[in-house]
Amino acid sequence: MNEHRADAPLIALIGNPNCGKTALFNRLTGAHQKVGNYAGVTVERKEGRFTSPAGRTWRVLDLPGAYSLLSATPDEAVTRDVITGAHFGEAAPDGLVCVVDATHLRLNLRMVLELKQLGLPMLVTLNMMDVARARGIHIDTARLQQMLGLPVVEAVAVRPGGEQALLAQLDALGWSTSAATHAPDQLSQALDAIAQAPVEDTHRRVGEILLACTTQPAHALRTTAQLDRWALHPVAGPLILAALMFLVFQAVFSWAQAPMDLIDAGMGALGDLTRAHLPEGMLRSLLIEGVIGGAGSVLIFLPQIVILFGFILALEDSGYLPRAALLLDRLMASVGLSGRAFIPLLSSFACAVPGIMATRTMANPRDRLVTILIAPLMTCSARLPVYALLIAAFIPERTVLGWFNLQGLVLFALYVAGVASALLVALVLKRLLKQGGAQALLMELPDYHLPHLRNLAVGLWERTRIFVQRVGTIILSLMIVLWFLSNFPAPPEGASGPAIQHSLAGLIGRALEGVFAPIGFNWQICIALVPGMAAREVAVAALGTVYAMSQTGDELSGALVQLIGHAWSLPTALSLMAWYVFAPQCLSTVIVARRETNGWRWPLVMVAYLFALAYGAAFVVYRLALAWGA
Amino acid sequence: MKPRECPLPPDVITLDRLPAQTEATIHRVRTLELDGGALRRRLLELGFVPGERVQVLKRVLFGRGPLAVRVGSSTFAMRELESSLVEVVVGTGAPT
Repeated sequence: MNEHRADAPLIALIGNPNCGKTALFNRLTGAHQKVGNYAGVTVERKEGRFTSPAGRTWRVLDLPGAYSLLSATPDEAVTRDVITGAHFGEAAPDGLVCVVDATHLRLNLRMVLELKQLGLPMLVTLNMMDVARARGIHIDTARLQQMLGLPVVEAVAVRPGGEQALLAQLDALGWSTSAATHAPDQLSQALDAIAQAPVEDTHRRVGEILLACTTQPAHALRTTAQLDRWALHPVAGPLILAALMFLVFQAVFSWAQAPMDLIDAGMGALGDLTRAHLPEGMLRSLLIEGVIGGAGSVLIFLPQIVILFGFILALEDSGYLPRAALLLDRLMASVGLSGRAFIPLLSSFACAVPGIMATRTMANPRDRLVTILIAPLMTCSARLPVYALLIAAFIPERTVLGWFNLQGLVLFALYVAGVASALLVALVLKRLLKQGGAQALLMELPDYHLPHLRNLAVGLWERTRIFVQRVGTIILSLMIVLWFLSNFPAPPEGASGPAIQHSLAGLIGRALEGVFAPIGFNWQICIALVPGMAAREVAVAALGTVYAMSQTGDELSGALVQLIGHAWSLPTALSLMAWYVFAPQCLSTVIVARRETNGWRWPLVMVAYLFALAYGAAFVVYRLALAWGA
Repeated sequence: MKPRECPLPPDVITLDRLPAQTEATIHRVRTLELDGGALRRRLLELGFVPGERVQVLKRVLFGRGPLAVRVGSSTFAMRELESSLVEVVVGTGAPT
């Protein structure tokens, strides 16, 4: 009862991809999760804790999905190393909970038999029992338990209470921290034995078990097959994909409007409140212009980011994403990529960091490298605030061709520009890097199912928390630094023009102006670009601070649109949009790329080529717009 | 001798040649010489074992793109590289 958290036994959830492992993890732990990385690799490490009915505290690890202990991907290697205690800095779990998709026993049980040979404390959880029953699949759990020689429990991870049998079994088994003392060479011998054993033999054994323990209807209703008739149709398939992507981007712009107005109003009220209660002076200026104005102008984009992530998570959960990857495989192959790159690249639309991390499911090192290098070209959500600001200021809100919102169309075009240049860069890299011969795709197309709201909510909450944390830490501190740079030193007596021109920030902006003048950037933009390197969305907050040093907080975000609308020419705005299609990525992307590619070489190549493309594109756009007299 | 050059029995074809929506039975999975058998092992692990029933559901892009292949109760997307390793016999019986 009074166990310390560190003494709590650690269990690991292990299973095939798509077996509902993460849903079970979410069911067990709720919001008690810690997301991080395994030491030295960017494979996401998810740990949580929960209390069983007997009052014991358990720590639980959600391992990356694996089909086999003989790894084919970095993901599977981590899973193998963690359970055998071979992963540096990672204690071996005290027990394994092998999660099995009850509707796909054949593949799942094969890995159970493989795992059993390791001789670790282990139990089997038959997940998705509700779906199995609905399909008329009958499983004799008692018989299965007897034939496997392992405890077997049933579970429905997506239903409240669906984890009760597992909890009861954990209490009954009473695994403890001291139970797991395994000799490392014993485990490596077991791994060797698994590698030596013919796969056909384990499959034969699985066949015997299935024959004895299960009955399946001869012709199960195949909703998935019927949906795939359309989703993979040569004509309808790509059209459905394009329509879905288009819907996502329209939704990001139109649905987000109401909550954004709400946040805007809230920030304004907060500014008024501060003004009413604080005396005129430095502190008030810092709070209103630096803190509320700076952080508020980024926080306002939270609804758009939540909508984008919501769509990505729902598409992922429904099983559609691998189909999209299949449809795009041919196109991707023509620029030397695999269809598998689609999922990391789609995640990069939200943020390049999880996108680069998602490349871990790619077995081929060359494919992975190219995908990492082009991931920053996918327009991440951090660029959304910049685009949103520029579009609101310079693109009229108008309906074109019946029902398309012109602002939404421009946003869509900016995203398309990113994708098109990513394909071109991939094509160039294909020529430059040695092609490693033909590559396998071999990717499972899981059954479709409706996304589960609870899973979506947990995923969205995680993303929202990370974003708000960023606003609260990195962005806020940069805003405060920028506020000081913009206010000190104070202008000399009798100086004309805004005070910021005489400050340190003004000096930096003027120094950079020479470099950026050919692409139409003024010194205010130049100042904003500097903190924008740490995190792209900071550029908006920085523009807010730079432009609105004399403005009041509640006018800031609304006024910024009008301010730049008057202060900048259209060519400058278009040039800045073009710049941000390629915009040198934020520091976190560079750091993740460094960790992922084990060195500075590739991140530096990435930064250099992005800088060159951004400058080139902005130059061309600016000059063309000037020539057209825009 | 490379397995690729083995003459096939008359009724055996590779999966990439199998017409869509035709039931077939897996006869054998070949080894890709380049990778020391890793791809063959992975195919076997994923259920492409001799005797298992297999069906090509879709040929994306009029047969020029990857295949969607149903084996056992799972579906996989496959390129020509891996589908050409799987030898099948049309029909649900065992090969003669």
